[in-house]
This record gives sequence, structure tokens and C-alpha cells, in this order.
Amino acid sequence: MAMLEILKLPDPRLKEVAEDVTRFDEDLQQFIADLEETRQAGPAAVGIAAPQVGRSQRIVIIDCSTTRKPVPNHGHLILVNPEIIEWDGFELGREGCLSVPDYTGNVIRAERIKLRTQDPQGEHHEYEMEGYEARALQHEVDHLDGILFIDRLVSRRTDLFQRKVYQKGGKKKK
Amino acid sequence: MNWQMLTLVGEDQPGIVARITDALYRGGCTLGETSMIRLGGNFTIMMMVDGGQSEQALASIITPVSEQLKLKFHLDPMHGGLHQHRVPNFQVRVNGADRAGIVARVTGVLSACGFNILELASDVVGDSQQPVYIMTIQGYAEVDIEVLESALEKLESEDIDVHVSPIETLIG
Repeated sequence: MAMLEILKLPDPRLKEVAEDVTRFDEDLQQFIADLEETRQAGPAAVGIAAPQVGRSQRIVIIDCSTTRKPVPNHGHLILVNPEIIEWDGFELGREGCLSVPDYTGNVIRAERIKLRTQDPQGEHHEYEMEGYEARALQHEVDHLDGILFIDRLVSRRTDLFQRKVYQKGGKKKK
Repeated sequence: MNWQMLTLVGEDQPGIVARITDALYRGGCTLGETSMIRLGGNFTIMMMVDGGQSEQALASIITPVSEQLKLKFHLDPMHGGLHQHRVPNFQVRVNGADRAGIVARVTGVLSACGFNILELASDVVGDSQQPVYIMTIQGYAEVDIEVLESALEKLESEDIDVHVSPIETLIG
């Protein structure tokens, strides 16, 4: 196991689109172990994506089981080649990023998503996620596409005051 | 760094930020955190400015352009600096028929709970017959949400609608 260096803005590698994982070998397992160690060592992050440590591959780890107030979650997930296949609703929330220290801001994300992914052994799975976990997943999948949360910021003064009214119109398809 | 707080206010018009920041840049200044908003149709901005100059030298950079734009400005030496952000853990939304004292009542209750306001924005909306006051506050408090909720509950009898929600900042 080894700690990996977390890339920080303005490192151009954070803006690259990552490649699919095609080999589910020992090297992948070793990298995933290192990525998890790196996530745990830093400031409490619910997720981390491979491009954040300079590996341009579609691998993310999320774990929303340890929030201050419990939220619906699937526990600790290692996701390889994750793809969001459905979005529904939208919600404003505050985000920060290991790669953007000392800054948090408001971002709009889908409230519910459906995810198709592989695990570290290459097996296929589907998950339905909502709320905080869906937000974490979208944040991490963005890293795989070279997008940071600061690319999606909305004004500090923006507030979806009557959020429920907007929900019906919030459907978005890829 | 030797930051000064520059405040500029006056009638709004397009291009103010560009003209002011160009003058500062040409004068050898750098900017830190800034915040601009229109209040009642007026232009307002506060900027952390540093160029190593004295207050008088900085004023001489700003004066020509502020006079052209008919803006008033003010400079204060400031303590503190960059990288002092604090992350809020509560959001408070307030609305009610506009009347004097809403801000004082709400913030007074929050303050008594040890709530530290980090961001606040308020607006009077609706029309002149039925003005409505809307305010959003983000801040930090050590107490549980139930403590804030029960403290704010008494404002309901004063027709002030206050809603507190936790902010769980996602770090990813």
C-alpha cells in the first residue's frame, strides 16, 4: 500500500477525460488499495476518483455511510467504468474537493440517479442512488470527465427557495 | 501581504468592475477576495487589494477612475488575509410580510444560540402594496438543529416564517 499524491488545481491532468478500465488485474487491485488509503488519509472525503491522483482511468470510490446525520447509502463502493444512465430531479448542495483546497460552493445536482458500473473484478452492477450519495457519485463521475465542481458553481446567492415546485420539470436525459 | 479593504459605491452602470480593476492592475495591485452586488439599483463592491503601496498611493490610483464613474470609495487597512474560509453547517431561510425588525429578531435569536453568521443576503420583493422580506443566512453553530428550531419557533407568532436546514458539505 502506498499513499498517492493528490493533484490540485490548476494541474491540467484534472481536466482530462479518463479512459475505460479494460484489465481487471493485480495492478488494478493494488491501485484501488492505494486510492482508498489516500482517501482515508486526507480530510474527510466521501469520495475520490482516480484522476485526482494522476491516473487517467475510470475508477471511483465513494462511501456515504459515515455522514454526521445518516443518509440513504450503499456503503463503501468501488466503482469501475461507472456510467450514469438516468437522472431525475435537481437539488442545490454545498461541495468541496480534495483537489480544490480551501473552497466550497453551491452546485446543482440530480436528486436521483441510476448507475451502471463494474466492480474491481469486472462484474456488472446497477444501483439507484438518491440525495447525498447521488451527489457524491455525480461529483466523482465528473472527475472522470475532467470536470470539477467549480465548473458547475452557481451564485452564492442562488437558492432554490421553492424546490418542490421545480422538481417536476427537473428531468434531464443524457 | 499588506491587504487594504477597498469599498466602492455609487450609481450602477456597465463596465465599472472592468474600469476599476484595470486601473488597479496598471497600478501594480493584486486582488484577493471580492464581493460585488447591486443594492437598490446601486453598485457596491468590496475588494481586498494589495500592491505594497501606502494608502495615499492606492487612493491616487483609484481617484481618477472613481471620479469618472462618479463612485465614492473608501480604504481601510485590514488584518487577516486569504485562506480563512469557514464552512457553514446551517442554512436559515426567512420570509414574511416586510416590516421593521425582522433581521434584528431573527439574528438576535440565532446569536443567542451561538450561531455565527458567515453569509447573509436579504431582499424586499413583491410589490409596493405588499412588500415581502426574504433573507437567506448561512452560518456555523455547534448546537443541534433542534435547538435552533425551537429557539426560532417563537418567531412564528410574529408572522415571520423561518426555516433551518443542515448543510452537509460534500468533499469529494
